[in-house]
Amino acid sequence: MTEQTVSRVSQDYAIAPGLRKGKRRSVSARFWSGRTKYLLAAICVALCVVMLAPIVFSVLASVKPTAEASAVPPTYLPTELSLDSYQRLWNYGSGLPRYVGNSVLAAFLTIVFTLALTVPAGYGLARFPIPGKEIIFVLLLLALIIPYQALLTPIFLMFSNIGLTNSVIGLAIIHTTIQIPFSLYIMRNAFEAVPKELEEAALVDGANSWQVLRRVFLPTMVPAIITVTLFAFVMSWNEFLGALVMLNTDQSFTLPLILAAARQVTSLGSTDWGMLQAGVTVAIVPSVVVYLLLQRYYVSGLLSGAIK
Amino acid sequence: MTWVSLNSWSLITPPSFVGLRNYINAFGDSQFWVSLTFTLKYTILITPILMIGGYLVALLTATNTSLARFTRTVVFVPVVIGLGASSFLWYWLFSSSYGLVNRLLLDLGIIDGPILWLGVDADISNWAVIISVVWKVLGFGMILFVAAIHAIPDEVNEAAMVDGAAFWQRVRKIILPLTRRTILLVTLISVIGSLLAFDQFYIMTAGQPRNLTATSVFYVYLNSFPYLKLGYGAALSLILAVIVLAFTLFQMVLTRRSET
Repeated sequence: MTEQTVSRVSQDYAIAPGLRKGKRRSVSARFWSGRTKYLLAAICVALCVVMLAPIVFSVLASVKPTAEASAVPPTYLPTELSLDSYQRLWNYGSGLPRYVGNSVLAAFLTIVFTLALTVPAGYGLARFPIPGKEIIFVLLLLALIIPYQALLTPIFLMFSNIGLTNSVIGLAIIHTTIQIPFSLYIMRNAFEAVPKELEEAALVDGANSWQVLRRVFLPTMVPAIITVTLFAFVMSWNEFLGALVMLNTDQSFTLPLILAAARQVTSLGSTDWGMLQAGVTVAIVPSVVVYLLLQRYYVSGLLSGAIK
Repeated sequence: MTWVSLNSWSLITPPSFVGLRNYINAFGDSQFWVSLTFTLKYTILITPILMIGGYLVALLTATNTSLARFTRTVVFVPVVIGLGASSFLWYWLFSSSYGLVNRLLLDLGIIDGPILWLGVDADISNWAVIISVVWKVLGFGMILFVAAIHAIPDEVNEAAMVDGAAFWQRVRKIILPLTRRTILLVTLISVIGSLLAFDQFYIMTAGQPRNLTATSVFYVYLNSFPYLKLGYGAALSLILAVIVLAFTLFQMVLTRRSET
């Protein structure tokens, strides 16, 4: 017993120096030791397979020939490759480019609106002597607590009064309101992290606040801006309920809505499974690619957004 | 919005003031209670799965070996996919004759005939949706838990290991208590998310059978848009908002208390 403990401790110290440079490892460094290491590695691999399988099968289903895509029983792997499903998706309704265009436009406008509002607001709340700004900040964050799903009916009424339903701009405004509390939080924290001295030096040199914002802050704000942009994009690209409520004409549909419509397309009202999976693939790929490229910002944004 | 909820309004006719009638109707509306109960049931079933599952995966992948990091990345991938897209994906996988879930279960000899997953039996539909949502959001809790586990000071852990504490002992005595705040936070986020569930049910079950799987937001949507009872829809949304708010406040009080 004692011997074991001693050897364990010495083992720990033997491992420790090598791991020092990665400062966060040791909590779990011994999760993976001895025989269980292989078992745990196997679980990891199995987990990866389970998580990836649905996506892989969906992508594979989208390149099956038309007949095979709705075969009973379904095949696991396509027997031959075909882009028929994409062809049909491309020509569906007003044409895929139209819907992708709407989605891209909505996402783009959401990003622009969000940045245009939260960069100055974050700057103001972090740096200007506004009376009661803490209260303003908390009030703005409170919007996070009230679920937008519960507000859709009144928003719809408001928007239909001013003619913003069936418009991508209207949808982008909704997406912006969803995104603002999170973005504002990130922005204000980023502005506060910039040392005051830097700003003061610029002011001494005769810069005005606008110049300070552009020359001093913006360069150091790049990570925050990327985070906000990334989240705004992913949210807007994926959002379903708001789009469902606001958009009623085929011309204004975004990608998620087209999937819903594509479900009942064949003459008998049954589903064109190949085309549906092609649509799913088109909807999935951009967010996954963006995530894999900008993973660092994604995770850090999530952490700072959630833990407050 | 409160004003709208006090009116009877169908878009076609101008609104007329009906006072609290919409609220009184809501309490006598059996479908409203069915939706609310179903939503609560869904929330109660899915939350522990997400929490315990997410935590176990976090413990598994909290090391910084390359395999653990890779697993973390992979488990998180579905989180960035839209709930709409993932629901359509699972709608296909769970399709009784075209879907791969039944094919796989049949091939493995687990079932004898295809299961009608969606829209026939409320409980089976509920579980099918739960499986798809767990797949989609498991990574969210995992990432937050991993971050919380990493934030535990090395010294604390090393001290426990010097004392010879076994892994599960450390989990119970050190890791769980020190990540309590995050656990509460993730619970809150996932409870609220589940109470507001819509996309997955709208897409996968369309509320079938007999609106038994219509969640609260679904019912608000049904009343407001297809039925055009906007005043009633607004009243229902307010009730829902109050319920969610109550949960949030309750959880906030819990969090505060756990800090002191």
